[in-house]
Amino acid sequence: MAAADTLFRRITDYANRADPYPLYAELREHGVARQDDGSYLVGTYHEIAELFHDPRVSSDRRNRTVPDDSGEAPGIPVAFIGRDDPEHERLRNMAMRPFGPPHAAERVDSMHGEIAQIAGELIDGLRGRDRIDLVEDFAYPLPVTVICRLLGVPREDEPRFHVWAEAVIAGFDPTPDSDPAERQRTAMQARSAMGEYLGELAESRRGKQSEDMLAAFVNDPGPSGGFTRPELMATSVLLLIAGHETTVNLITNSVLTLLRHPEALELLRDKPELMPRAVEEVLRYEPPVQLLPQRTALTDIEIAGVTIPKGAPLILVLASGNRDPRRFQEPDRFDPTRPDNQHLGFGSGVHSCFGAPLARLEGQIALTALIHRLDGPRLLQDPPEYRRSPVLRGPRHLPLAISGVRD
Amino acid sequence: MSDDLKSGRIVIVGASLAGLRAAETLRDEGFVGQLTMVGEERLPPYDRPPLSKQVLLGRVRAEETRLPRRREVDAQWKLGVRATGVDPIDQCVVLANGEELPFDRLLIATGTRARPWPKAEEAALEGVFTLRTAEDAAALAERLDAGPRRVLVIGAGFTGSEIASACRERGLAVTVAERGPAPLIGALGGAFGAFAAKLQLAHGVDLRCGVTVTALNGRDGRLTGAEFSDGSRIEADIAVVALGAVRNTEWLADSGLAAGPRGLACDAGCRAFNMYGIVTDNVFVAGDVARFPHPLFEYQLLSLEHWGNAVAQAEVAAHNMVNPGPQRRPHLSVPAFWSSQFGLNIKSVGVPTFSDHVVIAQGSVEERRLVAVYGYRGRITAAVSVNRAKWLEHYQRLIETAAPFPPEWDGVEPPVSRTPVPSDVPDPKVLSHGPTVALTGHLPDRRLTLKHWGG
Repeated sequence: MAAADTLFRRITDYANRADPYPLYAELREHGVARQDDGSYLVGTYHEIAELFHDPRVSSDRRNRTVPDDSGEAPGIPVAFIGRDDPEHERLRNMAMRPFGPPHAAERVDSMHGEIAQIAGELIDGLRGRDRIDLVEDFAYPLPVTVICRLLGVPREDEPRFHVWAEAVIAGFDPTPDSDPAERQRTAMQARSAMGEYLGELAESRRGKQSEDMLAAFVNDPGPSGGFTRPELMATSVLLLIAGHETTVNLITNSVLTLLRHPEALELLRDKPELMPRAVEEVLRYEPPVQLLPQRTALTDIEIAGVTIPKGAPLILVLASGNRDPRRFQEPDRFDPTRPDNQHLGFGSGVHSCFGAPLARLEGQIALTALIHRLDGPRLLQDPPEYRRSPVLRGPRHLPLAISGVRD
Repeated sequence: MSDDLKSGRIVIVGASLAGLRAAETLRDEGFVGQLTMVGEERLPPYDRPPLSKQVLLGRVRAEETRLPRRREVDAQWKLGVRATGVDPIDQCVVLANGEELPFDRLLIATGTRARPWPKAEEAALEGVFTLRTAEDAAALAERLDAGPRRVLVIGAGFTGSEIASACRERGLAVTVAERGPAPLIGALGGAFGAFAAKLQLAHGVDLRCGVTVTALNGRDGRLTGAEFSDGSRIEADIAVVALGAVRNTEWLADSGLAAGPRGLACDAGCRAFNMYGIVTDNVFVAGDVARFPHPLFEYQLLSLEHWGNAVAQAEVAAHNMVNPGPQRRPHLSVPAFWSSQFGLNIKSVGVPTFSDHVVIAQGSVEERRLVAVYGYRGRITAAVSVNRAKWLEHYQRLIETAAPFPPEWDGVEPPVSRTPVPSDVPDPKVLSHGPTVALTGHLPDRRLTLKHWGG
């Protein structure tokens, strides 16, 4: 067996992208595993859950012993995902104001019809084809269209912001490789450009009647006074990227998993009411966010017999915790009827996924539409070609053969 | 033997949260016998926490707080009828209508009721309320809709404080009368109570502590106002009596069970004790009516009025009712409860009254976001958060592992001061409302009370 201190290198190695699960099993065997770069890898369920609620764990990289300013970019601060309370809470609450309870409790639910319509139109567009790429033809355009409408970003600008989004994601790819500095520089530039673009878009809505979130940010700041321009830029960039680069993986991972488990697919066709549970099971079994690389110990923390020193980077491998046999029975079995499925797919604690309600709804609607309308879908490549990132893990393409499209 | 336990006759007395969750668990665990549910209220099981919050604000109607069903329970429901006794020899529950329900195993989950205003004549005035049932909440919400000139809340425990908060949110004038020195001190101690008092004053509550209500005045059968022990008086159209809860155990007076004003005592497996302190094997108890030993709190018997405890204890009781000895489980969950009032979420884990000192571990009192940690003789026994509930799982772990008090690490949102202050837990006798967490075992520095039924 190879040493545990290179586990993270092996997990991030692109060669293992299609099936990182044996490495996660190895990680769980080792408990909390110190890596050769001084970071600590945690892959067991209970320890990850503990660290999510531990106030001695920071999400702010500035607290690292070896200062890490990735994510900083000229003119645009780090978004709330990389800040601690009370700053994190202040920014997150302002972002939540037009998105969820208590001020906009109906927002996500009210998008049901619209999302179903977008999904329906995308599937209509597949008529007459016998081969599709699920990613390009459906799983990517669906959440992009949804997040564009929600935020108030013109859909036709997608080619512009897609390039920026890819660069930003590459920037926080923790794979140790030849030129991380160059990747981070490109990522910073992309964040700045995307921030400027979204900031101006929001500014153009000032004083205008509009239902979208960018308009709400400038027109309804709430009692706390609202975002400064740089804060608004940082928040909008986060929401736009997180709003689609994760859901695309949720939808694609779901389809891939169901096609690998025909009995589960049959079950869902017969019992559509199982869909919410099935989506939760995908979030456990093949979570779109595999690991969280940005936590830091604020003080020496003893966990599972290991002392994580103050300032050390902590990497929480959610996808590994989700397969921990000490928490889930038969963890490697995909079971869309699984009871007691409190997975780590959306994290937990103060930073638990901001967009989870929307992601769940999109996943449920997308899968329901695909299952009932695609005739005889078959995988043409298994495993498919994966995207580069070990963090936001999912297929880059998912070529399928289909016999037709039902009405 | 195990198969026998999966069949037979089970009666559950009490058809609220604990009763319902127990019934569902019995069926989940494979009980195929006859199940009878007895409930004094006519309504099917409903949820009580919203009654003092969303219902009083007019956001949800009282009839709309029905508890979601986890599964079908296939029970015979006897609602709107009170149980009047248990015959321990013949093994049957006697109902007010004379009916007798024989059982092989019995679960007692009769909970509590609101402590009434002690002067019956004053309590009967139109405009005087208590708040425990959906019916109470519906009637009170309707009266609040009508725009009373002033509401008097008697007792500043959690329920009283939530009622006052709802009234202020509706823009109504509110006077709160509390016999103790501050709101919430029964459950959270005086140090926290000082914070709660400032909060109420900042929200425009006319808060009067250290006083009792000596009279509720009326004219033509309607409430007109109240007089206080300090000689002052107010005019009010509504008075809500929030003096805590009374445990529904009187019906067990002749049952031979260890039932009294503090509840029905049981072992860690929810098996009731008889009056000699001998554990029974076929009578179980769960929810607010139970008194149970907890190893984290020196095995003293705890009486809780917590939603989460009712669920957890009901599940353990039901499991133990249909499983043989070696498979039985203890009820060990750490007590926890929450409240929302005056725009804040307050959540507690552990037993704050089991403490001598308290310290702010995170956050700031001034900014109304904090975690306060309670300690007893150098170990952590409770934590209370204000708008910071998501950290409490961590503190629960510290309680479970008897971590040293005070905590000395710096985390997210470090406090200004790390100096513990006395938690200032009052003797329950001085409170006008009951604490929601009470230790009812023997402590050398507390006097024990002997209570005799009917005497």
